[in-house]
Amino acid sequence: MFEEVGTTTEGDLIINLGPQHPATHGVLHLVITLNGEIIKKVEPHLGYIHRSIEKMTESLSYRQFIYVTSRMDYLSAHINNHACALCVEKALQLEVPQRAQYIRVIMDELTRIASHELWWGAMAMDLGAFTPFFHAFREREKINEIMEETCGARLTMNYMVPGGVMVDLHPDFQKKVKAFIQQYKAKIHEYDELVTGNIIFQNRMKGIGYLSAQDAVSYGCTGPVARGSGVASDIRKIAPYDVYDKVEFDEVLQTEGDSFARYMIRIQEMHQSIKIIEQLIDVIPDGNFQAKTKAVIKLPKGEFYQRVETARGELGVYIVSEGAAQPYRIKYRSPGFSNLSALDHMVRGHKIGDLIAAMGTLDLVIPDIDR
Amino acid sequence: MTKEELKIQILTILPTVSFEETGEWLQVLVAAEDWKLFAQQLHASAELQFDYLFCLTCVDWKTHLTMVYHLTSTTYRHNIVIKIKLDSINPFIETVSDIWRTAEFHEREVFEMFGVNFLHHPDLRKLILPDDWIGYPLRKNYEDPINMIKL
Repeated sequence: MFEEVGTTTEGDLIINLGPQHPATHGVLHLVITLNGEIIKKVEPHLGYIHRSIEKMTESLSYRQFIYVTSRMDYLSAHINNHACALCVEKALQLEVPQRAQYIRVIMDELTRIASHELWWGAMAMDLGAFTPFFHAFREREKINEIMEETCGARLTMNYMVPGGVMVDLHPDFQKKVKAFIQQYKAKIHEYDELVTGNIIFQNRMKGIGYLSAQDAVSYGCTGPVARGSGVASDIRKIAPYDVYDKVEFDEVLQTEGDSFARYMIRIQEMHQSIKIIEQLIDVIPDGNFQAKTKAVIKLPKGEFYQRVETARGELGVYIVSEGAAQPYRIKYRSPGFSNLSALDHMVRGHKIGDLIAAMGTLDLVIPDIDR
Repeated sequence: MTKEELKIQILTILPTVSFEETGEWLQVLVAAEDWKLFAQQLHASAELQFDYLFCLTCVDWKTHLTMVYHLTSTTYRHNIVIKIKLDSINPFIETVSDIWRTAEFHEREVFEMFGVNFLHHPDLRKLILPDDWIGYPLRKNYEDPINMIKL
């Protein structure tokens, strides 16, 4: 059935969405083939923010290359840094101090909440609701303040290094995080009242952009997109890193596979992240925040792969080392790239307005796709 | 499944493969002409069920190219790495985008960055680079005096 819809015939309208369109959240260019209002084909054109990070990394040292990754998925900067640090540690078989492991996991989860909050605000804005954006940014601002105090930056943190973290926590860190949790818990019901329970919103989301579990796996979808279709894909559960095996949390799954399911996954994931932070924030062990490493890091000859769960799904870092101080080849398997490839399949046969709703629930970050 | 069990299963599908012992996961070296059929069987086999291709890339070794496929099973959670050696002057290999749909985009990226030709790919065009771009940027011998900054 879909093959039939996919071919262009006379009378079809081809329109360009982007590269400068507010709903694409960046410089994504979609060429859409329409028949009336019905989508026949969506073809993404990438590369408007391609910086060739993989090529660039081939001439950077193992300390420098981590900072470039903050510029890939800028909303999950900590988690990108974490992936690279873990990959280098795996190659060096380096033991990371407990304190650093706790700090990293707390930072990851704070990042996840901040990322989902921005997504929530932007998602509602794509559908025409402006108020939720301010609600989301009110909580997100608190996280940014916490980050700024400890890491010195609000967006591209560059805080994690091979062997631990760059500097110790700010003395106010625990106090501020607890205050944030309190604020979050007091205000989170507003999110559901404003958007989740809204009947207009639900009508626009339910049944839109259906993705079956089988297709989600085949297209390589991960993160909330796969979990919305009922595919358990959380790397924190499959291959736990740092202290994720010591904390209790649920992998949220929905089986509907539509836009609303993916929406609900992210809302519930924020609650789970709060649960993880609560378990760790009072028991951060004392000690070193960084293991001792040589001034020039050289990885042994071989190939190393590290998977982590970012706010968007599975990020893979694949390092091929020839024993030098720079990687011979590096590949970032970014979650957005694979998630985007399923978009065409998801929206065929829908109306063009539904494309925005479906695309919003993919939570695309364009620099992450282009790299 | 452990590495040893995986080895036995894989050898029953294709006896001509060889294994590399290094690394976290089992590495399987396959000849390019066997790849398509082997891939179909890896996906279809009830014992293996490699249904999820989580990374597809290429490495330029100057004398030759190596395609690297990372596969996992969402049912059994075992992983393998497939490596296929290709000629660097005229590299070509069968597409696997009909088995794992995610390969469609990944193969387009490898096509433009390394110049690997994927036979029977449904839509083999440049994805990230502009259409008129000359050369394969991720090859080791690529030179670009304007856009590349050498340290």
